[in-house]
Amino acid sequence: MTATLPVLTPKDFASDQEIRWCPRCGDYSILAQMKKVLPTLGIPKENFVFVSGIGCSSRFPYYVDTYGFHSIHGRAPAIATGIKTSRPDLQVWVITGDGDALSIGGNHLMHMLRRNVNLKVILFNNQIYGLTKGQYSPTSPVGVKTKSSPYGSVDNALSPLCYAIGSEATFVARSIDVDIKHLTMVLERAAQHQGTAFVEVYQDCNVFNHDAFLYATDKNVKGDHILYLEHGKPLTFGQTVKKGIRLNGATPEVVDLGKGMSEDDLLFHDEKSADPSLAFLLSRFKHPVFPEPLGIFRNVVAPVYDDQVNKQLEAEVAKKGTGDFDKLFHSGDTWVVE
Amino acid sequence: MSSTDVLSPEPTPAAPKRREERDSVVIRFCGDSGDGMQLVGTQFTNVSASFGNDVSTLPDFPAEIRAPQGTLAGVSGFQLNFSSHDIFTPGDEVDTLVAMNPAALKTNLPDLKRGGTLIVNTDEFDKGNLQKAGYATSPLEDGDILSKYQIHKVAMTRLNRDAVSGLGLSMKDQDRSRNLFALGLVYWLYDRDRTPTEEWIQDKFKKKPDVVEANLRALRGGFNYGFSTESFTTHYAVPKAKLAPGKYRKITGNEAVAWGLAAAARLAGKSLFFGGYPITPASDILHTLSELKHFGIRTFQAEDEIAAMASVCGAAFAGEIAVTASSGPGICLKGEAMGLGVMTELPMIIVNVQRGGPSTGLPTKTEQSDLLLSFYGRNGDSPVPIVAASSPGDCFHLMIEAVRMAVDFMTPVVFLSDGYIANGSEPWSIPNFADLKPIEVKHPAGRPADAEGTADDFLPYLRNEKGARPWAIPGTPGLEHRIGGLEKADITGNVDYSANNHHKMVMNRINKVAGIANYIPLQTVEGPESGKLLVISWGGTFGAVRTAVQQSLKNGKSVAHAHLRYMNPFPKNLGEIVKRYEKVLIPELNAGQLSLLIRGKFLVDAQGLNKLQGKPFLVSEVVRKIDEMLES
Repeated sequence: MTATLPVLTPKDFASDQEIRWCPRCGDYSILAQMKKVLPTLGIPKENFVFVSGIGCSSRFPYYVDTYGFHSIHGRAPAIATGIKTSRPDLQVWVITGDGDALSIGGNHLMHMLRRNVNLKVILFNNQIYGLTKGQYSPTSPVGVKTKSSPYGSVDNALSPLCYAIGSEATFVARSIDVDIKHLTMVLERAAQHQGTAFVEVYQDCNVFNHDAFLYATDKNVKGDHILYLEHGKPLTFGQTVKKGIRLNGATPEVVDLGKGMSEDDLLFHDEKSADPSLAFLLSRFKHPVFPEPLGIFRNVVAPVYDDQVNKQLEAEVAKKGTGDFDKLFHSGDTWVVE
Repeated sequence: MSSTDVLSPEPTPAAPKRREERDSVVIRFCGDSGDGMQLVGTQFTNVSASFGNDVSTLPDFPAEIRAPQGTLAGVSGFQLNFSSHDIFTPGDEVDTLVAMNPAALKTNLPDLKRGGTLIVNTDEFDKGNLQKAGYATSPLEDGDILSKYQIHKVAMTRLNRDAVSGLGLSMKDQDRSRNLFALGLVYWLYDRDRTPTEEWIQDKFKKKPDVVEANLRALRGGFNYGFSTESFTTHYAVPKAKLAPGKYRKITGNEAVAWGLAAAARLAGKSLFFGGYPITPASDILHTLSELKHFGIRTFQAEDEIAAMASVCGAAFAGEIAVTASSGPGICLKGEAMGLGVMTELPMIIVNVQRGGPSTGLPTKTEQSDLLLSFYGRNGDSPVPIVAASSPGDCFHLMIEAVRMAVDFMTPVVFLSDGYIANGSEPWSIPNFADLKPIEVKHPAGRPADAEGTADDFLPYLRNEKGARPWAIPGTPGLEHRIGGLEKADITGNVDYSANNHHKMVMNRINKVAGIANYIPLQTVEGPESGKLLVISWGGTFGAVRTAVQQSLKNGKSVAHAHLRYMNPFPKNLGEIVKRYEKVLIPELNAGQLSLLIRGKFLVDAQGLNKLQGKPFLVSEVVRKIDEMLES
């Protein structure tokens, strides 16, 4: 007889804590979609763990009624690695932001990704430090004027997805807080991936950086500025005129469809490509020169860190038997004193 | 001398040899860091320990893996004391010094006692090597040295080449076995059994028969040289020590830490998670544990010290016996995540194998200068229990107690070792695993949802009689809760910044750690229960201080010794002990850290004896200070 799981609803994942994000913060939408996705995964509630660092987004674990660890700035990937490596039975989510993951925690992020630890990572990218009240972040564009860059930031911006793909991430995706359906789909796909699933979510900080993603959210223009990726489909977009992305040699270019240009001439998306070059190319698309892709950039199968660690343990036990301390203590040179 | 002479099974001595008995002997092998001095020192130790001597060792090597050959910076040494009675230190003065080159002679000669035996490899005393060591002329012709010591000039390189010739080895490979020639000679000098080393060579190089043969010939060549040459007229025997009956092995501090952790996890019915980052002199703990996977041990070589500590916090939350090990600079980086461990009140062990600081300091040299770092090296009032091992073997048993403390009181525990304990070794009475006391771990049971679909509220910060909160682990139904670095409300564990709650929670954490004093052993004292002078020591200085106090007691001095293993909290009778003596002396390998604590806590005028040379105390240094304080 198989045990039946109780039927869970989003309500089961609501904690009793008052949510302290600013009104209309993009974080609310991500929390709501997460609560929708969790009950559908067939995992008992007690087997979820949410781990976060520091920042607005990192308050997230307090608002989900699962096990949670609101930790220290930038270190959530390392803490989550400790949890997941020792307890592969748990599904562990890492909630982080652009400052937390890419500035103070950049090193841990890289190593979690290259190891392919079986963690689900949501990076809330609002291109600003919100909790410390508005300084530029590693994803803020050059020239942005903030409290700490009154004459414009001179720092080059980092693309979270370029970084992830460069770190050999096996699942890389992007979504946006206001596109509820798409965000839900991406979270579900991330949950199903074996290995590190890295999801960047464009998130509106309506207090300090409300304009950052208007190009991608304004109903009147967004069709020209974002491109929905679908595996096996050509790269097309366009608010009124249907456009596509074609490769001219190794260089991508935007073309209008029709007038002799058909979908067959376009670049086709292949999220399963073992070679990350296509995913990397897509991650380089930046507004306003290119439409910015949303969806699954990369989704490949690779050995999973925590599996490998635990398989080594099992293999050693199979080979040597469960460790015997008396045998260990008496190994090597010993002598008896009468 | 031809190779057949050297290999002759029963060479004829040039003159009859005397055999004398010695109570204890200190030998130091020194040479270039590529000369294999650590190897021969370890072999001599093993052979002496298995013969039944008490042994104590002090490896001393440069931070550079291969400093330029022949230079003073590249000298590597291994000192050991082997004895027919109990010993606690590797010895103050060296009885026999083996110097493989001029640089080794120059840096080590000051420690050789007047009249001691000096064996030098004359083949390395060429112009170039003399120059690198800063000698204008050969010290071997120096009348002063010749008159002070019993010098044996041995053309070791040439003799060894003769011994191993005919095996088709290159000159370089022939010279690789030179250290075993030196070892063989010293084996003869101290009447040691070569067999264990011969077996070790056969096992170690079993895939390279020519290397086995070369090393065996080198060892026997050295041995037979001692036997047959006129230069050595006497050899010495050091009888077995009267150790407590039982089975023994040799153990280093780092091995004992690793095995103690492994054993503690098993005693707790748990698996062990070790998150670490390579650092001298702590790396051997990671190496040892990573070989023990079949004991259910997971080792995580993290990307940095911060991640290592963070992964330990995660594993502790997940229900593991979680531990990290590092040294000073690494511990500094771990500080923030250790604070997270304090705030979230999770059990974990932080091993600090102390080395000379600050900053990178003296990576391979010992010091005790991280005591105050352990106490106060985090933001906020951030109390952690601290224990300090007193010898290599002590690391094993103290580690089990540290893990018991961590899970009993739900707290990070700092375990202090040092470079001297970590790399030093001593005979270790092998325990029966079944005799070790189990560690009781309680996880609250799950609470399945009731009819309405809601479980009782779980209170993650409700404390027991020891002040410990429950260790509810993910995967337990109904106990879902959130922890983190923000201040928590008493009992419920919800985020709470309110004034009175913070005051209460800081005091809860402080009182919990202070209360551990009610559960640890009372402080004991060696010597009179009251009197003129109390010497207080902690950590790796145990051997030197205990020996010094015993010597002073034998000479009728009014002196007693209290050696601390529990640093925070102190044993609860310590304050009362301290006040029973007129004066208090605290010898430490730092500028006065325990002194500051003892003076501050007990308002006594404790005096320090402070040594900051990256080396352990000599017994004589402590004796001199005891005499000075008793006379003044």
